[in-house]
Amino acid sequence: MQPLRSHHQNDAIPALPLYRSAPPLEVRLEDFELYAIDRLRVLKAMSDGLSRGKNPEEMEKLVKGLLRANMRHPQASEDVNKDIISHFVLRLVYCRTEDLRKWFLSMETALFRYRFLLLTSNDHRRAVMAEFNLPYKAVSNAEYEGVKDKLGQVARSIGQPPPTANDIFYKVPFEEVPELVANRKVYIHKGYAYVAMNQVVSLVVTQFRSHLSKALILTNRKWTSTIREQEKDRLTPIVEALSTSYLGPDYSQPRESAEISIKDLDQIAKSSFPLCMRHLFEKLREDHHLKHGGRMQLGLFLKGVGLKLDDALAFWRAEFSQKVGAERFEKEYAYGIRHNYGKEGKRTDYTPFSCQKIISSTPGVGDNHGCPFRHFSEENLRAALSRMGVGTRAMEDVMDKVRNRHYQIACTLTFEAVHSSTCDAGINHPNQYFIDSQKILQSKNQSPGGS
Amino acid sequence: MDPVHRRIARADIRLRGFPPILLYASPSSRHEIPLVQVVPSLSLSLPSPRRSRPFTHSLLPSPPSLSFFDSRRPLHAPQLLPLPKRPSNCLAEVKETMTREECENGPADMLIDGNKARAPREKQGNSVPDKFNSNYLKFYYGKLFPFSDIFKWMSYGNDGKHPGCDQTYFGRREFSFTLDNDIYLRFQSFTSAAELESSIQEKCPFKIDIGPVYSVDPAKRHAYAQSGDNVFTPVERELIFDIDMSDYDDVRYCCSGADVCLECWPLMTVAIKVIDTALRDDFGFNHILWVYSGRRGVHCWVCDRKARRLSNEQRASIADYFRVYKGNENSDKKVSLTSPALHPFLARSYTEVLEGIFEEKLLLSQNILATEERYEKILDMIPDESVTAELRGKWQEKRQSSISNDINVVRWEQLKQLLQSGKHKGKGLRRYVEEIVFSFTYPRLDMEVSKHMNHLLKAPFCVHPKTGRVCVPIDPNSCEEFDPTAVPTLSMLLEELNQGGVRGDVGDDLDRTSLGKSIRYFRSSFLQPLLKSCKEEMESSYNAKLQQMKNSLSW
Repeated sequence: MQPLRSHHQNDAIPALPLYRSAPPLEVRLEDFELYAIDRLRVLKAMSDGLSRGKNPEEMEKLVKGLLRANMRHPQASEDVNKDIISHFVLRLVYCRTEDLRKWFLSMETALFRYRFLLLTSNDHRRAVMAEFNLPYKAVSNAEYEGVKDKLGQVARSIGQPPPTANDIFYKVPFEEVPELVANRKVYIHKGYAYVAMNQVVSLVVTQFRSHLSKALILTNRKWTSTIREQEKDRLTPIVEALSTSYLGPDYSQPRESAEISIKDLDQIAKSSFPLCMRHLFEKLREDHHLKHGGRMQLGLFLKGVGLKLDDALAFWRAEFSQKVGAERFEKEYAYGIRHNYGKEGKRTDYTPFSCQKIISSTPGVGDNHGCPFRHFSEENLRAALSRMGVGTRAMEDVMDKVRNRHYQIACTLTFEAVHSSTCDAGINHPNQYFIDSQKILQSKNQSPGGS
Repeated sequence: MDPVHRRIARADIRLRGFPPILLYASPSSRHEIPLVQVVPSLSLSLPSPRRSRPFTHSLLPSPPSLSFFDSRRPLHAPQLLPLPKRPSNCLAEVKETMTREECENGPADMLIDGNKARAPREKQGNSVPDKFNSNYLKFYYGKLFPFSDIFKWMSYGNDGKHPGCDQTYFGRREFSFTLDNDIYLRFQSFTSAAELESSIQEKCPFKIDIGPVYSVDPAKRHAYAQSGDNVFTPVERELIFDIDMSDYDDVRYCCSGADVCLECWPLMTVAIKVIDTALRDDFGFNHILWVYSGRRGVHCWVCDRKARRLSNEQRASIADYFRVYKGNENSDKKVSLTSPALHPFLARSYTEVLEGIFEEKLLLSQNILATEERYEKILDMIPDESVTAELRGKWQEKRQSSISNDINVVRWEQLKQLLQSGKHKGKGLRRYVEEIVFSFTYPRLDMEVSKHMNHLLKAPFCVHPKTGRVCVPIDPNSCEEFDPTAVPTLSMLLEELNQGGVRGDVGDDLDRTSLGKSIRYFRSSFLQPLLKSCKEEMESSYNAKLQQMKNSLSW
């Protein structure tokens, strides 16, 4: 892979490598690690930004700042190499499990997207397109006239100025621009999407993503078959340490020493469940039923909290059998619960959902899962918060964060209001909320005299 | 079924008719259940005792089967079987939890669920009692189920002699059976139509689901699993949609849950029209099959080669393209059209389908504005206080402004006029009219079904065990004429067969029943065009491959 055309390096524009193949470069061992950590800082901060619900403009700004702060090399000419080396190191680090690959793939793809958007001129964008060998031709004038009205309609529907005859559109099989299709941002006719020049980012991102996805699988094979063994004294320890240091715990294993019994559930639900789980828990008690999304979200959370499989079955059975009968529970629902505990199907021990996952879920009719800060109407959210004991002033702070789509911060403020205590780390995971809450409550119990 | 057995079965039926005798026990008896005595010789026509059981991925320990034809029972003794009793011309579902007790408790429970007014239908002579039972099902699979058509379809041209055919294709498709007693058999696979047929006839599944085509034979997936790499993975699957009436409970007032009637069925008609048009005009698909799901909804199978090879992400993007309804239980707005204009797809759906059906059908049939409770629900969707106050005032004071016009229509016109008039111009109130119509009509898809390749979907021509109705195809071009209450039921089909006596081959049997029309539609409008393009695609891709080989040789 050539790091774009040479003239880019002279410009102030950051070059945008496609990481097609590993560079034949020599790297010092300490750079190997340092570069990777720098890049991880970028990816991790982006991940936080996305889970806070930052909008595309905010993300673009964030990425720009992050790149400037972390990805520069004292010698400007080395910037590109640092970029490429750090990417390939992390590829090695994050190729090793499905979850790691997924995270890395989505963060690298997001990074690529914003870097592509930061390219200032259409020429630079076209250069990247050419690099990918995208076979698309611009829509001819005659064809443009035929679909002009529709293109205008789409532009208005996404709040953009109507296109003019000078604007370039590409006619692309709809399969290649799934995100534009999903959000109805393009006109689609007979299997082809009409992609405007300012939307081609979607095209290149799809390409980038599919290349990287395949590459990660291949890297994983190489890693397990040869590299891990060959490098066991040199790179392997670095690689293995890197992946754990930044992702944080996944709460798949319940806390040591912590076991929760069914009879305590109601009490701890009141005292220590975050709103999303509390809501599901109460709905379950009320309706004796939850739809699939709710069962997953609450079920895995309870597993992380320390509810053992047998207790989990008893808990769900007690509720569901009131609605659907014990027989139907055993037939239709018990499997899912055992599945969550890795006792059925492909026997994966599933991890509890993180805030990011919950926030980005899309609850539909009849669903109660999701993040209340994001998915509740303001009225319902206020009612739910006051039931939790959030006071008027704190409530306004929370609602303010919600309006600005800082859902996790809103949750953090709620935590602080409910516990009358600070939470500096912020809430990133419902199980973290639970653990932090329990810690506070326990310390309060131990010093009953204290304020 | 081998030919000898088939002949015996026919002979028997010609002599005695089917089902043979109906018995009612004396009215004083506690067992006042209509009983059918199954003629012993009929059992001769059944498949031989089951072969060694294939590996079954059953979720439950298999309880002893209640099926009459269970090979563990002696075949010679005359047997008594309870018949399903409730007459059901309506689609009301037997409450699931009740079925079993009902069968066991007898007459006290015979007329439940709003059927009290209806006298039990006379059961006499040749008529076949309603509902569903595994004997009838066995017969249906033996006589009517279109195995060879399903096989042809699922082979997509790979069952031919063309050198481009992939002979393993059909064998890598997952079928899944739900047997009586809810035993699930997943990952069944078959190499031929005959094998599929004999397995289904032997197991007599209450439900047949069709899954994806996998990279390897799904029945042998464990053998491949040991190699470590994830070689067992879905590689092809029709793009499918599942629309279920129970998702519309907040916008229909005639029934709820699993019930449907002719008043709410237009919601399904809307769904078919909107989705079908978009699949063809927008996405360019041609081979689309719509099927009645047997009770409360419709299924859609998009079978173009391109559709079968979509990735999960691409499937999700199409499902999202169709998604307008974004509410959940805790947010107010169910449909939110925030943008200044509608996307061409939504605009077309609105003017060509939604608006018309809403104003001409649903507004009246669902009495959408007739009572205060109902119109308040609509007013809730308009955030402008002055408008809602004005409408509320009008609607509260005068209960009926004119006698000739329906109150729903009058109120709807008032609402539209107010929102679209110049008086409130600039507030962008127009779109609330659209939002209301979208909320009450726009299709609601079960997203998860469409998003993943490995979702199972019930095969067409199955019989729904709760209603006895056959899952027949629906022609999207005339879907407004489709009447779910007139769909052939299992008992109706058997009756039709009985009446004609038995002669000729299976094709004749089909033609004599009301299923014939459905199968003819399936063949002529779906299967034949599909197989024609499969053949063309196969030839062109084969030729391209040959060309490529030639080129690489000369090079």
